[in-house]
Amino acid sequence: MLKIENLTVDHGAIRALHGVTFNIEKGQLAAVIGANGAGKTTLLRTLSGLNKASEGAAHWGEHNILHAKPESLVRHGISHVSEGKSVIPELTVADNLDLGALWRRNRKEAAKSKQDVVDLFPRLGERLSQRADSLSGGERQMLAIGRSIMSKPELLLLDEPSLGLAPLVIEQIFQAIRELTTAMGLTVLLVEQNAMGALKIADIGIVLNLGSIAATGSAAALRDDPAVRAAYLGF
Amino acid sequence: MFQFINTLLIGVTAGSIYSLMAIAIVLVWRSTRVVNFAAGGLALASSFVGAAILEKSGSFWIALPVAMLAGAVFSAFIEYFFLRPLLNRSGEKNQEIFLPIIATLGLLGIIKAVLNFIYGDRIGVIPPPLSDKGFIVSGESIALSPLRILILGIVLLLMIVLTIVFQRTNLGLSLRAASFAPEISRLAGIRVDLIRTAGWAISGAAGATAGILQTTNGSGSIAPESFEFSLLLVFGFVAAVIGGIESLVGAVLGGLTLGIILAIILMYVGGSLVFFAAFLILILVLLVRPQGIIGVKGGRRA
Amino acid sequence: MHNRQITNRHRFIGFALIALVVYILSNIVDEWRSYQGATVAVYVVAIASVILLTGYSGQISLGHGALLAVGAYSAALTQIYLHAPVWICFVIAVLTTALFGAILGTAAARLSGPYLAGTTLALAVGLPSIANQFSIFGGEQGISFDAGWPPLSFGENFTQYKWFFWIGSLAALIAMWWVQNILRSRYGRSWRAVKSNEVAAELAGINIGRSKVLAFTISSGIAGLAGALLAMTMNNVSPSAFPLALSFSIATGAILSGVNTLGGVMIGSVALVAIPEIASSIADRWSGSENLATLLPEFIVSALLILTVFLAPKGPIEKLRSRHSK
Repeated sequence: MLKIENLTVDHGAIRALHGVTFNIEKGQLAAVIGANGAGKTTLLRTLSGLNKASEGAAHWGEHNILHAKPESLVRHGISHVSEGKSVIPELTVADNLDLGALWRRNRKEAAKSKQDVVDLFPRLGERLSQRADSLSGGERQMLAIGRSIMSKPELLLLDEPSLGLAPLVIEQIFQAIRELTTAMGLTVLLVEQNAMGALKIADIGIVLNLGSIAATGSAAALRDDPAVRAAYLGF
Repeated sequence: MFQFINTLLIGVTAGSIYSLMAIAIVLVWRSTRVVNFAAGGLALASSFVGAAILEKSGSFWIALPVAMLAGAVFSAFIEYFFLRPLLNRSGEKNQEIFLPIIATLGLLGIIKAVLNFIYGDRIGVIPPPLSDKGFIVSGESIALSPLRILILGIVLLLMIVLTIVFQRTNLGLSLRAASFAPEISRLAGIRVDLIRTAGWAISGAAGATAGILQTTNGSGSIAPESFEFSLLLVFGFVAAVIGGIESLVGAVLGGLTLGIILAIILMYVGGSLVFFAAFLILILVLLVRPQGIIGVKGGRRA
Repeated sequence: MHNRQITNRHRFIGFALIALVVYILSNIVDEWRSYQGATVAVYVVAIASVILLTGYSGQISLGHGALLAVGAYSAALTQIYLHAPVWICFVIAVLTTALFGAILGTAAARLSGPYLAGTTLALAVGLPSIANQFSIFGGEQGISFDAGWPPLSFGENFTQYKWFFWIGSLAALIAMWWVQNILRSRYGRSWRAVKSNEVAAELAGINIGRSKVLAFTISSGIAGLAGALLAMTMNNVSPSAFPLALSFSIATGAILSGVNTLGGVMIGSVALVAIPEIASSIADRWSGSENLATLLPEFIVSALLILTVFLAPKGPIEKLRSRHSK
């Protein structure tokens, strides 16, 4: 279970997150929605160790994940796909994937993870030897998620996977994300600007506003909440 | 004709040594965005180690690997104890590349002072392990001696090893990834700090090899205030910049270009113009391609 | 925040006070100290030119020694071939080096970071050695530059080095006055804008290329003055006066002074002159070993450099200022 209590993060003089508290059960898909600047990205970056928290606590199972480095959190099953198709364009698709599993001792399992990724995203399998900068936006996002799966994560932190993608591609990506929880049993914290799409696939939703939680609840309930609809879903 | 071929051979040999130094500079630049002038001091210090081992063991083949190891350790030490704290201090907004440059200049000064303290007026000697007399072809001596073949062989071997390490191993993939995109690499579980230290260590080993080869190809002896090493540092850096500072292939091309052109100028124009020619070559290349032969336009954001 | 505006009048009083101190000092110190005073003046001008270029316009130079060489040779050649009075030689040195800098700066403006560092480094190594190739520069021996004896009306006890000290200080004061005015002009502001954010500066209508070339030109002109002054103190111009170490020294002095503020320029200059002397006296007292005496200055300067980079990366003045305001 991911348990976050009173999480507060400052960027210099600016308070980006203010006393954020919520829980996610194992195997759940949670969508974090909110306007630009609500603190969604900061939340993910803090959970993956890229940003420092000023106050509060965050636990993944028994493990305290604040004040740990990203490279060691990966080893504890927490993987973060950062905003904007986080792949390395100069490397090949295969290299990008392998990168996620370099720390894993068991090469057989790593090879199995690669097979999982190729099964999930067959288009990556066809392009293993191409450089990542030759991929389309959607393929890059698949690659970024694929690299993350290579790290054998239990908790996946996804930052705006739909950013800049065509509607059809977004649907594919969202379906794949849903599959990660249903079929592979991962816990996913999905940060999205595309609130409607995210709430459609999520189990629970968390609405952030100016660094604080504005609403939480089941994704279905949030979808029907008039206030949320007006503010974030646009109708 | 013989003279021209000889000039080329001399240039290629010298250029291959500059290439090694350029590789040392490029490796550090790629891993930490630091222009490392201490590389010259590190090469000097490890060559002294090599000379000391040579004196004890009598074998060039023991001295060279030990010097490489020493170079790697020295270089990693400097990264860990000086550059890492400095770069962590200056934080993410790494626009000020002047300060790290100056810090490595300071380190260069300290290394030279320490060597001066230890060695004083004594010099280290690394005589050529093989004959430096050229082969005789139809009555004329050509500049291809066993020593030159050895030097070219060592440089070529190192380049092959480096290519294999970079393209075929996990360490190489980590090194490339960490230099292109440190943050993504960390998120993928790469211990980027450790990888940076490794980059510096490999750089130190390359620099040590360059130092040993420069010595044995040149006067055969080293002193703390060695002019040959200032040359090696300056030409290595210029070669790295010509090659585009990011690219190992570029470093090799830059080193060979510089070595060959300088040898031609030395032979046909005059010795005192060699240094100015290095400047001219550099500025001509950069006027045509401000990012060097194999540079990336606009620099890399990572 | 400064609650008191520093006006031009304050600055003028400051400069006058410095001139007064130089005058008094020059009358009480011996000839060796006068020579050192003149050397400090040379470094003040040279370091100011680096601070202007690197600290304000954001361009790295590791090759200012070469610009000093251009200035020094220009001054000496002007004297030899045009028999011009010394002050004309200084002016010609400034103009020639500025022109040289404008050409170099046009190429350099397209370069950034390591590329510029490499180019200026290659220049520092390459340029002075040209003098060996052409006989007009006098080869290894170099050519002489004679700033002349002090006017007889100053009295018979007025030594040559005291005269150099005066000329150097006067030139340094004029140069500093001019530089600090330029830095506060719209050119200075555009340099800082370009340094902090090129894109924003361009959007604000600043021509980045022109701004950088101008900074390079002015910095070079000032470096040329430093070179002519250096030639004066040595009575001679030769390639060996402009080794790579000189360029490194000037860069070092700029860091010790605080590369982002002109105000600390005296700190680095005095340090560069004082440290070798202090070091050699330490070495004498310690062991008298000649080896220690030669290596200690380099060690101390290098150690100071690293300490400054770690403890006061913005320079000693900024360090004090930030401590005050806290």
